[in-house]
Amino acid sequence: MHHVIVERWSRRRSWMHARDARVKLAALVALIAASATTPPSHWTAALFYGALALAGVLAARLPVHSLLSRAALVLPFSATFAAVNWLAGDPARASALLWKSYLSAFSVLLFVSCTPLADALRALEWCRVPSLLILIAQFLYRYLFVISEQAQHMRLAAQCRAGGNHDWTFRGAAAALSVLFVRSYSRADGIRQAMNARGFAGRFPALAAPRFTWIDGVFGAAAIAACAGVRVMA
Amino acid sequence: MHIPDGFLTPPVWATLDFAGLASVSLLARKARAEVDESRIPLLGVMGAFVFAAQMINFPVGLGTSGHLVGGALLAFILGPAAAAMVMTAILAIQALVFQDGGILALGPNVLNMAFAGVFAGYLPVHFLGGRSRRAALFAGAFLSVMVSALMALSELLISGVRMPAGALWISLALFAVSALLEGVITVAAVEAIGRLQPSWVKSRGGGMRAPALAIIALTAVFLASVGITFASASPDGLEKLIERAGPAGRNLFAAPLAEYQWQGLGGEWMGKAAAGVLGVGFVFVLCIGFARLARSKK
Amino acid sequence: MTPVIRAANLTFSYDDGTRALDGVSFELYPGECVALLGANGSGKTTFALHLNGLLTGEGEIEVCGMELSKENLPPIRRKIGMVFQDSDEQLFMPTVLEDVMFGPLNMGLTPDQAGARARTALERVGMAGLEAKAPYHLSAGQKRRVAVAGVLAMNPEILVLDEPTTYLDPPAERDLAVLLRELPQAKILISHDMPFVRALASRAVFFERGRIVAEGCVNEIVERFGWDLQL
Repeated sequence: MHHVIVERWSRRRSWMHARDARVKLAALVALIAASATTPPSHWTAALFYGALALAGVLAARLPVHSLLSRAALVLPFSATFAAVNWLAGDPARASALLWKSYLSAFSVLLFVSCTPLADALRALEWCRVPSLLILIAQFLYRYLFVISEQAQHMRLAAQCRAGGNHDWTFRGAAAALSVLFVRSYSRADGIRQAMNARGFAGRFPALAAPRFTWIDGVFGAAAIAACAGVRVMA
Repeated sequence: MHIPDGFLTPPVWATLDFAGLASVSLLARKARAEVDESRIPLLGVMGAFVFAAQMINFPVGLGTSGHLVGGALLAFILGPAAAAMVMTAILAIQALVFQDGGILALGPNVLNMAFAGVFAGYLPVHFLGGRSRRAALFAGAFLSVMVSALMALSELLISGVRMPAGALWISLALFAVSALLEGVITVAAVEAIGRLQPSWVKSRGGGMRAPALAIIALTAVFLASVGITFASASPDGLEKLIERAGPAGRNLFAAPLAEYQWQGLGGEWMGKAAAGVLGVGFVFVLCIGFARLARSKK
Repeated sequence: MTPVIRAANLTFSYDDGTRALDGVSFELYPGECVALLGANGSGKTTFALHLNGLLTGEGEIEVCGMELSKENLPPIRRKIGMVFQDSDEQLFMPTVLEDVMFGPLNMGLTPDQAGARARTALERVGMAGLEAKAPYHLSAGQKRRVAVAGVLAMNPEILVLDEPTTYLDPPAERDLAVLLRELPQAKILISHDMPFVRALASRAVFFERGRIVAEGCVNEIVERFGWDLQL
């Protein structure tokens, strides 16, 4: 499953993994914003942005090929719209839809593959994103692994009984959904009990702040300057 | 429908990101007041549930299948403010971990699906509630998907993404089908949950019974969305609207972004974008307004 | 010797009217390990959840001399370390270290103090070096150890273990038994795993339909109720 692989990548060690999540987030936003404001037909700019992202992947020592192909998941959707725009006589926009969406997906994938999600959320919290949302996302991500595994098992069980060709009947799917729901609901109850048993006092403890070094500063400045440079030259 | 990056033009995503951020912090404060902190794990787990539920395929014949989107179901389970927060968290994780929907497009996606979608899904449950639960859930789920999709479509059209009439009709038909499917799946899921835990389902939903008000509210939200979609598809009408708003209004939107010129469209496009964004904002305010009305009556 | 836990005449019914506890009286003494045996649904877990006020029914409970009441909940929850059956429910924080720090932070310790305690506890259960791991990446045995560390970090006087051997392979089970035997706390052990119970518990009580129907040494109880896999 995609999230399991991404999670595993994010726990690796590299120069890129070691950078402060806030700086990486800023660099990501700079790259995407620069490309989003670049006029559609500037192919050279697109190549330069791509090179920046690729440099990031190499610095993070991540498998380039897998990242490239995983980011391509966005292409079917973009390609549909691109085709329509091409036929409607706007080839420049058609190409822009493709490269901009792909570049964004690729750089986001790079970001989460070199930043554990907990750190990314912490960086967002530092950016004043409401802590309620951060906590919900944190729990969501934690139990996404557990519950999607459960869903996977149920799907397998259904496939075994159906003879392998299809997953469920409509009623079967509804029943599976309800079982998954009831289990999730009681799991939430179990978590609440486990929290209370360890003295939960009504507020979640604040997370430790990430540490910022001068290398992070240099990296951030360089990344943002590079993105801005390409944007200005374009 | 998750909009990727690169589809919306800068004024559109910038405006909607700003609106999205503002609404998130407002709603977060509201949800904080309503939700006890010890219930936060429940919200997260419900989000994970909706995520995982998308792995369960519902066959709909012709070799195709659909899956739950979950806006209306979450609203039914958790109430609108908390559900909107959970949906926002889902969208954020989808954008970050699954590259489903863009980063700059996160604001628009949150407005479309987490706010408009959840509130549109909640309205019928609140107004019809109680005995007509099936109908309410169905209407809510249908509306939730339809309103989100129409808003997304409008935003694309405002951004100048070309959609010839044929393609537009095909997408509308597809939206309608997936909205119907969402309705059926949501009802089937809640019925199935009701068989497992009857008391739990009975205790939810049904704030007040005001079918007439409900129908007016739903029609209004729905028509506004459809209207905006078609308005954004035919820029001439919008142009006139902007002309009427006068040069002041036009400059207000165009000036700070004057440097950014879309090829061949120039300032004309600015006006179109401004009107469209206003329109989308209008549907959004409408949804929130009805939700607030509903709460005050309670 | 004064008991660390004294429960008298506990009675509890769930919302739907099923009577889960029906006049349970029980005492736990310092340093001993008592096994709660009985069929599924006989009230063992429900009983355990009463000890630190996660469920409240009728009757009296005293923990380390403190009567169970709303005001006493924080100190009582500090005294009783509860290890739940499902480690995934117990380990809810994003990383191992943050999870083990959760209890100490709730006790009002500073992050530095809590971190130090958490590291000590992780070392105690043999999990040092895994601080930055996500719970998802741990094996069942590791999860259980981290869960134990999470309660040890609060310096409890009593450990309550609900089905601690679920999902563990035999080596992990043996390691857990060795670890638990070395811990000085008084323990309540809920388990269907008889070899494990025999290895740890000195005394057993038997639950049936919300009542304690027998009490004695483990072998005696197992014999009397046929509570073992004997073909």
